[in-house]
Amino acid sequence: MLDFPRWKVWGISLICLIGVLFAVPSLVPAREVAKWPAWLPSAQINLGLDLAGGSHLLLEADTSDLAKTRLEQMEERVRVGLRRESPPIEIGEISTAGGRLSFMVRNPAQVDAAVDFARRQTQPAGLGPRDWNVDVLDQNRIVMTPTQAGLDQGLKAAMDSAREVVYNRVDPSGTKEVTVIRQGEQRILVQVPGLQDPEGLKKLIGKTARLEFKLVDLTANPEQVAQGRAPVGSQVLPMQGGGAMAVKRRAIVTGEQLIDAKQSYDQNNQPVVSITFDSSGAKAFGRVTRENVGKPFAIILDNVVLSAPNINEPILGGQAQIAGSYTVQTANELAVQLASGSLPIELRTIEERSIGPELGRDSIYWGSIAAMAATAAVILFMLITYGRFGVYATIGLVLNALMILAIMSIIGASLTLPGIAGFVLTIGAAVDANVLINERIREELRAGRRVMDALEAGYREASTAIFDANITNVIAAVLMYVLGTGPIKGFAVVLMIGIVTSVFTAVNVTRMLVALWARRTRPRELHI
Amino acid sequence: MRLLKLVPDNTNLDFMRWRNVALVLSIIVTVASLALVAVRGLNLGVDFVGGQMITVKFDQTAPLEEVRGTVSSLNVGDASITEFGNPQTLSIRMGLPDEGGEGAATRVATQVRTAIAAKHPDAKFTVDSVSGKVSNELYKWGAISVALAMLGIAIYIWLRFEWQFGVGALVTLFHDVCMTIGFFSLTQLEFNLNVVAAILTIVGYSLNDTVVIYDRIRENLRKYRKMEIVPLLNLSLNETLSRTMVTSLSIMFALLALLLIGPQVIFGLTIAILLGIFVGTYSSIYISSPILVWLGVSGDSFLPKHTTGSAAKGGERVATPNEGY
Repeated sequence: MLDFPRWKVWGISLICLIGVLFAVPSLVPAREVAKWPAWLPSAQINLGLDLAGGSHLLLEADTSDLAKTRLEQMEERVRVGLRRESPPIEIGEISTAGGRLSFMVRNPAQVDAAVDFARRQTQPAGLGPRDWNVDVLDQNRIVMTPTQAGLDQGLKAAMDSAREVVYNRVDPSGTKEVTVIRQGEQRILVQVPGLQDPEGLKKLIGKTARLEFKLVDLTANPEQVAQGRAPVGSQVLPMQGGGAMAVKRRAIVTGEQLIDAKQSYDQNNQPVVSITFDSSGAKAFGRVTRENVGKPFAIILDNVVLSAPNINEPILGGQAQIAGSYTVQTANELAVQLASGSLPIELRTIEERSIGPELGRDSIYWGSIAAMAATAAVILFMLITYGRFGVYATIGLVLNALMILAIMSIIGASLTLPGIAGFVLTIGAAVDANVLINERIREELRAGRRVMDALEAGYREASTAIFDANITNVIAAVLMYVLGTGPIKGFAVVLMIGIVTSVFTAVNVTRMLVALWARRTRPRELHI
Repeated sequence: MRLLKLVPDNTNLDFMRWRNVALVLSIIVTVASLALVAVRGLNLGVDFVGGQMITVKFDQTAPLEEVRGTVSSLNVGDASITEFGNPQTLSIRMGLPDEGGEGAATRVATQVRTAIAAKHPDAKFTVDSVSGKVSNELYKWGAISVALAMLGIAIYIWLRFEWQFGVGALVTLFHDVCMTIGFFSLTQLEFNLNVVAAILTIVGYSLNDTVVIYDRIRENLRKYRKMEIVPLLNLSLNETLSRTMVTSLSIMFALLALLLIGPQVIFGLTIAILLGIFVGTYSSIYISSPILVWLGVSGDSFLPKHTTGSAAKGGERVATPNEGY
């Protein structure tokens, strides 16, 4: 017991010191921390949304849509691509029924060339399979079936880029501490601390924002358009404010060719969105407008025609304005959406939680008061029960609390309400470890051991129970962390950290304190 | 200074004498808890059934009737509006909209919130809006993680001790969890994800208690291999009684502080844990220990791992006058 080597004393003291240093920033207001010299630790503990206030949205992608889009894109590629082959390959009976693309090659001699073309459109998806299977049926019918691996790969790519887009929309300036992470295969979690009303957020995220400029098909028969039928190569789209319009399928330019979008005003001082195309977009836009002066083109957002202005003169600078009945705010929203790119997949909110920041502040205030009162109660109890050893236990407890804070701020884990429950449990475990040791020392003294032997035996014999009790809790915490969702994870994180620190402080730190005291005073009897 | 001793030295209480009474009592309460849950059900929060819960905090006393009127004029379906914790706070609970798909729950919540905020700019909102799909998953994974955590613990204890101890720990945890859930059914306090955290805390505490006592039983089994199991359990429980009391009481003090001045939101959480400490302390004495008798643990269950050391220590202990067995 007495031979407590110097390096150990230094090691334990150093760890405690570091723990305290890193805990301090979390205990003082942020503006104080900002004044400190840079070499001092400044990371504060992250408060979960339930404590800090803010919005939490869980978005889920509509995957049925993704398969459909992929099919449509493949259809378009095949249609256009085969026509451009030399010699052109003529096809017919194109169908996308049953989630497969099938078409007939009119000239049987070109089947091989068509299959070759179709194969070139596919890509490897992971190891082995490609994203589409190409088969020939009845000699001249080619069937392209999306493979599961291809769909998975497509989903993954779409989700990655959707995450990016959502992030850019939520925090265009990149200054807020927002969290946008992928969760599972088709979900995105968005957390914005401090934001009370997530309505604006949901509006921003809720739109796909696919912008297209297309020529209006003037040859279409208005009666047929009203029935939803369009000439070959055109499609019927609804118009904002009612009605429908036939437009060419081929887009002149799309939102992908945008380099900038911002809110501004037109000559009548109405809010509009000004957009700038990149060079390829500007070139295409210039060419088409030059060839179609006097004819209208349609500005289409998410398959709705916003407006169809006439081309008065060629538009060469790659700049355009989107007018509609916008307010400054809605024009701003659209600008952010366009600038961040279109969502490759539709997202829906399936879980929403928002906590008013004031309520969160209330929770923290009363939570800290209560936590202090709780700690004070425990400390008082330890002191009247164990005297000097109660003081050591108290030092251990306080260090334990500080070290949990320190580790959580270092690794950036969030403290939530369930986390506070975990905190209480680890404080309980730390108290228990001290109680186990002290009761054991009492017992050993009663059994007639001398002071030093009793101290030694107390720590030694109590440690197996402490060890087993804590390992079982670690097992539980790890399982909960791996399997649990939100709140349970928050609980498990604190528990895992707290178990490590409580064993360290309750066993190593108090043991050191006791050893140093015993070495100095050589007590002949113990009051415990 | 005279230090506080909660438990006199060398107590010799015959805990095990009441083990059959305790068993009957525990079975009755456990069955009653399960029956209560089956009949009366739990007041499941939106975390587990989906739908939306909006709590609104006003600066002054909440205008309950007015809010009722506002919400019903929105035509968003049945809403249950009640006072929540204090007179300034209201809770508005609504079910999942029948149509409109997964996103509908969050839309309705927004409507209600906008309508109230229009009349009361000072109102502060907390919105929990969970779609049916998510709530099913939360329910499923909450249950799975609790169950697997219990199983993992039992396996560890089986490996560290003996299989009887593993079974004992598992039964104890089951008992404690049933009791807590029964309590929530009885009081109809809202059962949400935070309560799952509370149950896990109880499981953790009860386990801690059980393991400490098991550890002492193992130690005594190795030490006094000739002793009958029942007196040996009594000895172990008496030896650890002081520790049990000090730990339980100090944690209860801490929880009382949290209960009395802690924030409203964690009231349910704290009261559940407080109850769990009682139950956990009881069960580690009256469930986990007697099970060892019924499962036939005896002095032969542990062959000493370090024959010489253990024997020497045992000899020394038997010689001391305090061990009256």
